Amino acid sequence: MAALPPYTSTAQRTWHYTFRIICGLIFFFLIFPIIVIVPLSFNSLPFFTFTPEMLSFDPAGYSLKNYADFFTNPDWNNALKNSVTIAPVATLLATSIGTLAAIGLSQSHVPFRSAIMAILISPMIVPLIISAAGMYFFYSRIGLQGTYLGVVLAHAALGTPFVIITVTATLVGFDKSLVRAAANMGADPVTTFFKVQLPLIVPGVISGALFAFITSFDEVVVVLFLGSAGQKTLPWQMFTGLREQISPTILAVATILVAISILLLTTLELLRRRSERLRGIRST
Amino acid sequence: MPATDDAFVRFSKVQKSYDGETLVVKDLNLDIAKGEFLTMLGPSGSGKTTCLMMLAGFEPATNGEIYLGDMSINNVPPHKRGIGMVFQNYALFPHMTVAENLAFPLQVRKVAKAEVETKVQRALDMVELGDFGSRRPAQLSGGQQQRVAVARALVFEPDLVLMDEPLGALDKQLREQMQYEIKHIHENLGVTIVYVTHDQTEALTMSDRVAVFNDGVIQQLSSPDHLYEDPQNSFVAQFIGENNKLNGEVIEISNDVCTVKITDGTILRADKMNVDAVGDGTTISLRPERVELDPAVEMDNMLEGKIEELIYLGDHIRVRMNVAGNSGFIAKVRNRGDRRIFAEGEVAKLGWSASDCKALDLVS
Repeated sequence: MAALPPYTSTAQRTWHYTFRIICGLIFFFLIFPIIVIVPLSFNSLPFFTFTPEMLSFDPAGYSLKNYADFFTNPDWNNALKNSVTIAPVATLLATSIGTLAAIGLSQSHVPFRSAIMAILISPMIVPLIISAAGMYFFYSRIGLQGTYLGVVLAHAALGTPFVIITVTATLVGFDKSLVRAAANMGADPVTTFFKVQLPLIVPGVISGALFAFITSFDEVVVVLFLGSAGQKTLPWQMFTGLREQISPTILAVATILVAISILLLTTLELLRRRSERLRGIRST
Repeated sequence: MPATDDAFVRFSKVQKSYDGETLVVKDLNLDIAKGEFLTMLGPSGSGKTTCLMMLAGFEPATNGEIYLGDMSINNVPPHKRGIGMVFQNYALFPHMTVAENLAFPLQVRKVAKAEVETKVQRALDMVELGDFGSRRPAQLSGGQQQRVAVARALVFEPDLVLMDEPLGALDKQLREQMQYEIKHIHENLGVTIVYVTHDQTEALTMSDRVAVFNDGVIQQLSSPDHLYEDPQNSFVAQFIGENNKLNGEVIEISNDVCTVKITDGTILRADKMNVDAVGDGTTISLRPERVELDPAVEMDNMLEGKIEELIYLGDHIRVRMNVAGNSGFIAKVRNRGDRRIFAEGEVAKLGWSASDCKALDLVS
């Protein structure tokens, strides 16, 4: 801890430490509910609280049976399978649509850019329950309600705004004369996109894709409206697990999901650094 | 009407407007010969860069036709024009190495791999960066990036190369060096170069011909020496080089020489360049180095002036004088061993020949 300069008054000194305590409390408030799940997921008894054995660090108090249940129970396996088939496809769709939209909207000659942008971003702003209800009625009409495709499309719509925002942010730093240079050297627009523009904005595309993936992977409201038993995803299964079965397996699932999130965010940060290096913002 | 003579690039009645109201380029007609080094020179907003962008295909012409060879290229997209270009900020691809940057135009043309390597290496050698192929642009200095940009514009052997203020970001010394290098590359390869700059020294150093732009119109199109010595109007005279201005009225015209009475009543004889009739207002333009201070022989125009300021510049002495009521009159005296020493406040004789001063359109 940095030493305070000798001229610090008592009031400043008090504030200095109070400030740190406040920061610590905020941090605790944000992190504790997530952290506490991790040890609880290793509980050997089907409870959601710490048992005396766990508190005394008795090895008998801990077990992997929640994890074993997750990987063997057909309900959970099915949910996992649904999640990993829905999320990647929704992500792919959202990323493609979002990237193209962001590039289009970054061009100054496009009319009504801000209006179009607002519409595309709206799924992120409108309360989820309203989107879900709207989609339910719309998708029922066109026969997509209760189908795999319906859930994928809905999740893609929810994920697209994240991609648009991250790619737009990356495009701000993108030098448009590179596109002109590529055209000048004989590259058609498609080649220019894949060889010049995409490699330079790929960090934005990937972070957008990660957000889109997590949106789909965590989403419960829309899938409750649009899905049928065949599209039961992990969050849905957790929701039922909590409401109907009170199964402690969800603690193990939660821990796994937290681990996946951390892994994804680490990837994101590494990609961002790589991009800075490539753009010459920072030398290697 | 397609070009029939030897013009390689032809602008025919080209107009450009961005907003549909004001024309940034007004009725441009310009022929560029094959192998020529033509510079478009002008202040910012004069339309020179717009002309280059229209030639490259990044901006459509509002009216008129642009020909390359004998084909109109108005409807040819930029990537099919086959024109090389050096951009103001170089526009090197930051995610590729120098060699990959150079290989790019060859790869999109589906040139065989071995040939790509040979050509890339040859282009790098040409700009003396033979060992830098594996570096990334960010690891190069400004001058080196500039050379890569030049090499990249030339590597696919285009017949026409455009350069948009390519030396603007370099320091003075490097800029001068690059001017010579680009000039030599032009001489060795025989490509046609259209160069845009607002730096008159650059234009004079490098070009076969210079087109001086102002207000969307070419003010004068001629070789550097003509541009400097025979400016056709006051804008060109003032934009190119240093210039003394004396305003007056034409009182007599005989053939190519006219007699001008300047505001304080002094009578001068000048080359008739851009005046029509007796009674017209005129601005006389005179280069400071053409003024003889304390001339040994009688000259066409002989005046007296008070020396207000002497500035020692090594190779020459800059003398600011009050001549004919104009206190900003500049004369340059060569620093020879036997030169006369002047003092501030001294009244000195000065003179110049009629052919060295040009009677041009009146500017206030």
